[in-house]
Amino acid sequence: MSIELFGVIVVPFLAALAALAWPDGERRPWLLPAAAAVHSLLTVRLALASSVPAPGAWLSLDALGLLLLGLSSVLFLGCSFYGVEYLRRRRDRDNRLFTACYLLMLSASSVVAASRHLGLMWVAMEATTLSAAPLIYFKRTDRSLEATWKYLIMGGVGIGLALLGTFFLALAAAGPEGGFVLQLDGLLTLGPRLATAWLKGAFILVLVGYGLKMGLAPLHSWKPDAYGEAPGMAGAALAGVVTGCSFLGLLRFYQVCLAAGQLDFAKDLLVFMGLLSLATAAVFMVSQKDFKRLLAYSSVEHMGLLVLGLGVGGGGVFAALLHFVNNGLGKGLLFLTAGNIHRAYGDKTLGRVHGALRRVPVSAALFLIGAFAITGSPPFGLFLSEFLLLKSSVSAGRWGVALSIAVFLAVIFVGMAGAALSMAQGEPPAEPLRPGHRDTWTSTVVPGAFALALLILGLHVPAWLTARLASAAALLAGAP
Amino acid sequence: MEQIAQLLLAGTIFLSFALLGTASLSGCVRLLSFQGYCLSLLPIFIHQDGFTPRSLLLVAGMAILKGWLVPKVLLHAIREVRAVRETEPLIGYGVSLLIGLAIVVISALLAQRLPIPAGVRSGLLVPVSLATMMMGLYMTVSRLKALTQVIGYLVFENGIYLFGLLISRDMPWLLEMGVLLDVFAAVLVMGIVIHHISREFDSIHTDRLTQLKG
Repeated sequence: MSIELFGVIVVPFLAALAALAWPDGERRPWLLPAAAAVHSLLTVRLALASSVPAPGAWLSLDALGLLLLGLSSVLFLGCSFYGVEYLRRRRDRDNRLFTACYLLMLSASSVVAASRHLGLMWVAMEATTLSAAPLIYFKRTDRSLEATWKYLIMGGVGIGLALLGTFFLALAAAGPEGGFVLQLDGLLTLGPRLATAWLKGAFILVLVGYGLKMGLAPLHSWKPDAYGEAPGMAGAALAGVVTGCSFLGLLRFYQVCLAAGQLDFAKDLLVFMGLLSLATAAVFMVSQKDFKRLLAYSSVEHMGLLVLGLGVGGGGVFAALLHFVNNGLGKGLLFLTAGNIHRAYGDKTLGRVHGALRRVPVSAALFLIGAFAITGSPPFGLFLSEFLLLKSSVSAGRWGVALSIAVFLAVIFVGMAGAALSMAQGEPPAEPLRPGHRDTWTSTVVPGAFALALLILGLHVPAWLTARLASAAALLAGAP
Repeated sequence: MEQIAQLLLAGTIFLSFALLGTASLSGCVRLLSFQGYCLSLLPIFIHQDGFTPRSLLLVAGMAILKGWLVPKVLLHAIREVRAVRETEPLIGYGVSLLIGLAIVVISALLAQRLPIPAGVRSGLLVPVSLATMMMGLYMTVSRLKALTQVIGYLVFENGIYLFGLLISRDMPWLLEMGVLLDVFAAVLVMGIVIHHISREFDSIHTDRLTQLKG
């Protein structure tokens, strides 16, 4: 294991311990950007090195892992600079557990990204699940308690089913005289010799288990509550990174199914879950009354698009991976600006929040940009990845899938754009802005950077990113 | 040895049934504790070469965790929130037992379709673990009290642990330890949450946790 890989796991972990031990609540949040900055420097070094994993290693980075590590590093770096300001404003709440768990989540997601052993990956996945709970409960209200409870019970069941799926996979890979394989290289070498019944069972269980953590319909019911109650910076981490970890878990099982020649079975399930998620998101977004819950359903939609890309296969896999990056940045932008608007109004009900462009002009403008970007409007990155997805489902001959995607995306666009426009325009309410909740440099520069990144990704995907996405897609038999 | 293992497995499934039909919260915890002891003894009887130091260590760890510590924490939570000692299920106890019976039949049918790899001694392990998991899940979704939901979740975890015994002989240490720690952590976190629920709601009814809809 390289020293950089060791660092991306251990540095945030040590910072989390330091956050628990440090008594000074004023300065403690500075641990977030400090650890995140070291993490991203190390990630850059890892990205520059070759991403060929050491054979047989438990922790080693391949192209898929690098994708998750890179995205989570960028999101955490942005959110933690934003977080210093946010936690300074929320001095009424003790931030010890919040800061520590935020850092712990970064450490655990690095382990998920680097795991080549599916059992180890599961352990890290459980750690991300647990570390998210105090983030959702940060506000300590009845509603956040309810959201945390739902999240923990459902997340616990999901992670349990994923463990069962992992056991099933081990049994599929049983040698003739005992001995099981859960190391990825070993599983891929076994390939067609894996026992089909156990492998299929494993994929179904993992799709339900990790799918629950991703928030695929019909397993999404915890998501609007958790995202609605969590602070914006936690919502961004949940929607971009925790879902990404589960997505990677699913990708690993997809890889094994590919090696075993059982991909058609997996693809049908993925297409079904994807379309169901899009349909659910469309129905609930049109009638949504709370803008943070709206973002949660948007996350359900985009998780649906990710698994649809996998289900379509071929170019769809490349599209899904590009979409994975775009969605993460888009969710960062939207959750942070939604948090700003929420604080400026003390309310997140769509019918009562109007005139945000006058009250918090920068945040509102960025939110508006985010809303159009996330629904796939040009010239932003998501337009490109959604278009690629449509194109590859047509060229795979799945006209029905392509048509349904287009219809659902249109409905979702109406819901999202309508809500964002009604928030931005109109007369702000009569009561004055709560003191200390104006737009500041620190609360807007990070979402601004995310918006810029989305714009750049829409106009021109840099060659280094394309190359890495292509080599990641190649692991999943997806041509760019 | 084989007979003892089968006896313990039969005891596990019997206790799951008893849990489905028990109203008193502390009674549920006691049954859960018995189930924990049954499970913890299994590793030495299920494999031919069961009496290794490593499996004895596992037995001791599981007995302390599932048989003693977790029930103790749960009993503490019951006292803490002064829970009414009856549970109010969404579905009645008689019907629940019938559903439990259906679950056992389904598990037996499912287990038949899964080929057990050579070199793994299983006996009733697969059907019993599947049935225990499903009964636990059923308890989690059909009960209203937060505490009974947690008990249902623990039964579900017990089922997964049983299944893990199939591969425990060859699983590396790290994973066994990770699994134990994670289960422990999950219960602790849930316990803390329950504690807060009791303070902010005066009861631990998840039925009242219904402000968030749509």
